[in-house]
Amino acid sequence: MKIGFYPGCSLTGSSREYSESVKALAEAVGFELLEVPDWNCCGATAAHNLNHELSLALPARILAAAEAAGMEEVVVPCAACYSRLFVTRHDLLENEDLKKKVSEIIGTEYKGTARIINIIEMIERIPEEKWQTAIKAPFAHKVACYYGCLLVRPHKILNFDRPEEPQTMDAIMKKIGANPIDWAFKVECCGAGFSVSRTPTVARLSGNILTDAIERGAEAIIVACPMCHSNLDMRRSAIEKFNKKKYNIPVIYITQAVGLAMGLDRKKLGLQRHKVPVNIPVETAASGTQTRAS
Amino acid sequence: MSSNTHGCECQTLNHRIEEQTCVSVAECYQCGKCSAGCPLAEEMDYPPSQVLRMLQIGTPDLEDKVLRSMSIWLCLTCETCIARCPQEVDFPKVMDYLRGEALKRGIANPKARDIIAFHRAFLDSIRTTGRLYEVGLIVDYKARTRHLFQDILLAPWMFLAGKLHIFPEMIKGKKQMSRIFSGTLKKKKEEPR
Ligand code: SF4
Ligand code: SF4
Repeated sequence: MKIGFYPGCSLTGSSREYSESVKALAEAVGFELLEVPDWNCCGATAAHNLNHELSLALPARILAAAEAAGMEEVVVPCAACYSRLFVTRHDLLENEDLKKKVSEIIGTEYKGTARIINIIEMIERIPEEKWQTAIKAPFAHKVACYYGCLLVRPHKILNFDRPEEPQTMDAIMKKIGANPIDWAFKVECCGAGFSVSRTPTVARLSGNILTDAIERGAEAIIVACPMCHSNLDMRRSAIEKFNKKKYNIPVIYITQAVGLAMGLDRKKLGLQRHKVPVNIPVETAASGTQTRAS
Repeated sequence: MSSNTHGCECQTLNHRIEEQTCVSVAECYQCGKCSAGCPLAEEMDYPPSQVLRMLQIGTPDLEDKVLRSMSIWLCLTCETCIARCPQEVDFPKVMDYLRGEALKRGIANPKARDIIAFHRAFLDSIRTTGRLYEVGLIVDYKARTRHLFQDILLAPWMFLAGKLHIFPEMIKGKKQMSRIFSGTLKKKKEEPR
């Protein structure tokens, strides 16, 4: 199966391991990812904080490039880019005048043929037979699935999972043999774009998330967004300093967790690039564990 | 209502919000769920429901307070408020509009300087290369804010972990990018600088 692929800026830089694990997983399950040609930055929070039209035009150029390349579906692993692209497509398709105006700004007629999907939806496309055979080392750990904001909200537009107490990541974790816990911070904000300009805010919000996950016995936090990851992992020492507490819980991308269960190489999944070491033992096929798929 | 705010024609801010974003602040019935769920409410000078109330009353001095507030810059667009609002008031959209308006009028809260500097450095980075160049962004941000030592310990680690590019990535469609920027950021104050 061929799927369009929009990496976005973080995945080529500070969240390289997310990109590496997305590609490794896609390859392992037989998905061919085709990068959107000459893609640009979606503008992230900066554009829509400062200028509305710019915040539509930047994603529109990407959407237009994907449709010009004949892509029907584009997977966007970064939850923030996913939200920008999905919401822009929605807004433009809903308003003919706006679509014309933005088409003029980008100098290409935008039609809206390429659909946007998130990483969970890509994983959900893995056929059932594949799950049965691919799980080599069940990921038998208690995990806290952290969805963050933009994967599920604005829910009336994304229409993806429940805005409170979502379930899709939990379902995938069960498939690989993990035990997703009930906890209170699944969709609470980590501080997102304030990572640099207001680090204490990030430390406070992300600290609450780590604390709840640890207190409820999670061994790892599972994420699907490079912003959430960098706040919870790369900013760990700032969080510790702010809360005067040490936290050892690792933060793992969902693609890395699934990849580990499928027996993919840790380096290929980029696990060595985390700030907080991922010391979770993984059973190997060699240790005689039975394949499990539920 | 006939209050006249500076800068624009005889229209209250909430009229213009409705015109530009299709959100009617009158629909808010002040239940306070947005303020209860907002992760930034405790850092804001006016929590979300209060900002809405001020807009509803719509006197020039209250509008001015809203536009000069820190609240509008602290909103992270996490969308929790709209997800929980029984009236489905799209408050994040209102905040977006208010930020733009505050910049246009040149009355953005001085304490939001770092936040705005970061957004501008970000846009500046993608304007020239098409993609975000993280090293350039941080250097530019530091120059704008003079926070020279912040993050200095993280950089070598990121470099070793292979997370930093030494050079920016350039896209081919640079002409199209500059067309997009010049077609949208028309007014001087909105320009990244
Ligand atoms: S939740 Fe909605 S109705 Fe309630 S105060 Fe907030 S905006 Fe108003
Ligand atoms: S979108 Fe903004 S105002 Fe609404 S809950 Fe999030 S931070 Fe608060």
